[in-house]
Amino acid sequence: MKLDEFFVTGEPLVYGGMVSIVLVTSAVIFLLTYFKRWGWLWREWLTTVDHKKIGIMYILSALAMLFRGGMDALMMRIQLAFPNMNFLNAQHYDEIFTTHGTIMIIFMAMPFLIGLMNIIVPLQIGARDFAFPYVNALSFWSFFFGAMLFNISFVIGGSPDAGWTSYTPLSGAAMSPGPGQNFYLMGLQLSGIGTLATGINLMVTILKMRAPGMKLFKMPIFTWSTLVTCFIIIFAFPILTVALALLTIDRIFGAQFFTVTGEGMPMMWANLFWMWGHPEVYIVILPAFGIFSEVIATFARKRLFGYHAMVWSMILIAGLSFLVWVHHFFTMGAGAFVNSVFSVSTMLIAVPTGVKIFNWLATLYKSKIEFTTPMMWSLAFIPSFVLGGVTGVMLGMAAADYQFHNSYFLIAHFHYVLIAGTVFACFAGLEYWYPKMFGHKLNERIGKLAFWFFVIGFHVTFFPQYFVGLDGMPRRVFYIIPEWMPLNVISTVGAFGMGVGFAIFVFNIYYSYRNSKREKTGDSWDGRTLEWATPTPVPFYNFATVPHADKYDAFLDMKEKGETTFEEEKLEPIHMPSNTGQPIIMMAIAAFASFALIFEWITLAVIGLVGVLIMMGIRSFDYDEGYHVEVDEIKRIERDARGL
Amino acid sequence: MSAHELKSGPLEYRTQEGQMSILGFWIFLAAEVVLFSTLFATYAVLFGRTADAPVPGELFEPGIVLVMTFLLLTSSFTCGIAIHHMRRGSVKGLMTWLIITLILGLGFLGFEIYEFVHYSHEGATLQSSAFWSAFYTLAGTHGVHVTLGIGWAVLLLIQLAKRGLTPVTSRKVFIISLYWHFLDVIWIFIFTSVYLIGMVV
Repeated sequence: MKLDEFFVTGEPLVYGGMVSIVLVTSAVIFLLTYFKRWGWLWREWLTTVDHKKIGIMYILSALAMLFRGGMDALMMRIQLAFPNMNFLNAQHYDEIFTTHGTIMIIFMAMPFLIGLMNIIVPLQIGARDFAFPYVNALSFWSFFFGAMLFNISFVIGGSPDAGWTSYTPLSGAAMSPGPGQNFYLMGLQLSGIGTLATGINLMVTILKMRAPGMKLFKMPIFTWSTLVTCFIIIFAFPILTVALALLTIDRIFGAQFFTVTGEGMPMMWANLFWMWGHPEVYIVILPAFGIFSEVIATFARKRLFGYHAMVWSMILIAGLSFLVWVHHFFTMGAGAFVNSVFSVSTMLIAVPTGVKIFNWLATLYKSKIEFTTPMMWSLAFIPSFVLGGVTGVMLGMAAADYQFHNSYFLIAHFHYVLIAGTVFACFAGLEYWYPKMFGHKLNERIGKLAFWFFVIGFHVTFFPQYFVGLDGMPRRVFYIIPEWMPLNVISTVGAFGMGVGFAIFVFNIYYSYRNSKREKTGDSWDGRTLEWATPTPVPFYNFATVPHADKYDAFLDMKEKGETTFEEEKLEPIHMPSNTGQPIIMMAIAAFASFALIFEWITLAVIGLVGVLIMMGIRSFDYDEGYHVEVDEIKRIERDARGL
Repeated sequence: MSAHELKSGPLEYRTQEGQMSILGFWIFLAAEVVLFSTLFATYAVLFGRTADAPVPGELFEPGIVLVMTFLLLTSSFTCGIAIHHMRRGSVKGLMTWLIITLILGLGFLGFEIYEFVHYSHEGATLQSSAFWSAFYTLAGTHGVHVTLGIGWAVLLLIQLAKRGLTPVTSRKVFIISLYWHFLDVIWIFIFTSVYLIGMVV
């Protein structure tokens, strides 16, 4: 392979990307060296097994990915603003909508939510870490290297260009030769392993490590949403693993699963992909529901209305999510009967979702609402998400779907549910739990400015797309005809509004770091659940003494009784896991093996695989049992943190 | 995370860490069930799509598959005996029966490799048709699992020899026994739905 085949050449935008990657990397290396922070980075972050730090790394990576995916979106909006635009050519446009979709779902939405789960779930249930802290670090690094692998594709080897759904036979070896599509397969495979491991890890954590007295139906609702999400992850992700593996075997080793030769079956890919893909959209929406429930209950100063109905509707949604996948390809021609069955099951999902909407409204009813920024995101979510949900039911009607299919109506629908649902929830959750993570709030005024730019920009972007879709504009075209121009111009303006909103949000992180008042109590919002019971910043062992939590809204109960998580007479030495560099090394080797496989350098890939196996062997012989934090040290840390 | 240790009950369940690891592994096995189900479904969908390659009825032979089944089922039984010895506290019995289990597993693998080589000489390769792609991937994934299991068990044998029975080693051995039985169950499905059906159609 020649060097000019290895690097992507000939695109000014890509050259720009290369230059900025080199500049940013050099700047980071320079700063770390200049301030002598390499050791700190390694000891405090790269080798950590602390769920709070891992969560912060997840969220930082997700914000970076939101930036990357957002830049892709803006480039697409520029190209589509006017007819006959020459900003992107067809090939480049295809690559950009592919990476936009993949990055936003796999490398932005999921890690953002998993990051919040990482930080909050152990705190909410009164646990000191995950069930398997080592595996948690492994999960993060597998996501991180998977994301890096996928992102590097636009400068090395070429990006995938078959859409985030990567339908065969287009994505097969015959029609998409070269490394592009392999980047998609290996990037998702590598990070998918981590997601599955996180699902198992969190499920065991929630089932086995709850504070004494906390029955399942006494758990905070965000923890419940996490548990249900884990269930979906465990039963959906292996399907993706297999689908990706089969396509990889097709492309690299010449098998015939999805080919048009050898009696292969290209349509089977669509089925396998969406048997994972539909549950996947609930993996990114259920935790969002959980976040909104927490935020709404806190700032309505009321107990969440219909807690049991909320939990059961999530369980029902999780079950139904596995029974609707065909609605993504009604037009593929499965026949009237099959389409009808999936049409009905699709509409059924609206029922538990509706229950949740009404429960949120009932929580707000006659309450004294505090208009904090997280609450505003939650309030904006309800009507926006309903718009997305109702158009979803329209798409779910198989006969009508023949009109809507692959049009901008669909684009508008899923952006309405994914942005108003997941992205709003990520922002709400980050602002809500920010003081718990960093010891100070995000500035409310700037936060609200970001909110208004983003929410108005969002509606201006996507509301016109319903209509331009009904006017017949198909998705995945790189040019528009003059009739579609007015609505597309509006869309583009809105997209830049969202971009400004995001920029202000990120600026707010910097501004608040410099200027915000530091938290003293740890209970920043007068919270209801156990995560607010610890001091801020949270000690690495979370709880000096684990509280007895037999009431729903356990911390509210503790505050009434005057209990804290620091009962000096009950202190015992705390057992904690040791930091380890193994996870990052193991996953770096796995990333090397995947990279080799992407370019079909089989020998190197095998060497990398052997390296991973050796790392697993080393882990097997590793009998490090962690260490104990002595009572005196706990006393010192807690008195310091609580100002006693 | 508590370091408290129970005084009675099976050794592997005495620490909270042990209990959590075993539960986590059960959940992992649930994910493995989904993984194999997807492969079985793929195989079922692509059944009969042999294109120009030989049909399975021409190649599958009852004899060799029966021997493989016998080896693997027996290995599951000996694995159970190994765990029985672990519960009795006998490291020697445990290691002996674990080694027997691995030898049976190796025998199974040998036959499977012979079988794959034989089929590909007859013109049925991974590349020759959709059906054969699905066959090799399904049976091959099971075979890779057995291989990994053998490698894993060898590591555990070394640890047993060095450390004897502790809550940690017994937990590890118990988990690999779950894994081994699981592979046996998967094989029963492969034997019936791939080989038996493939022979008559």
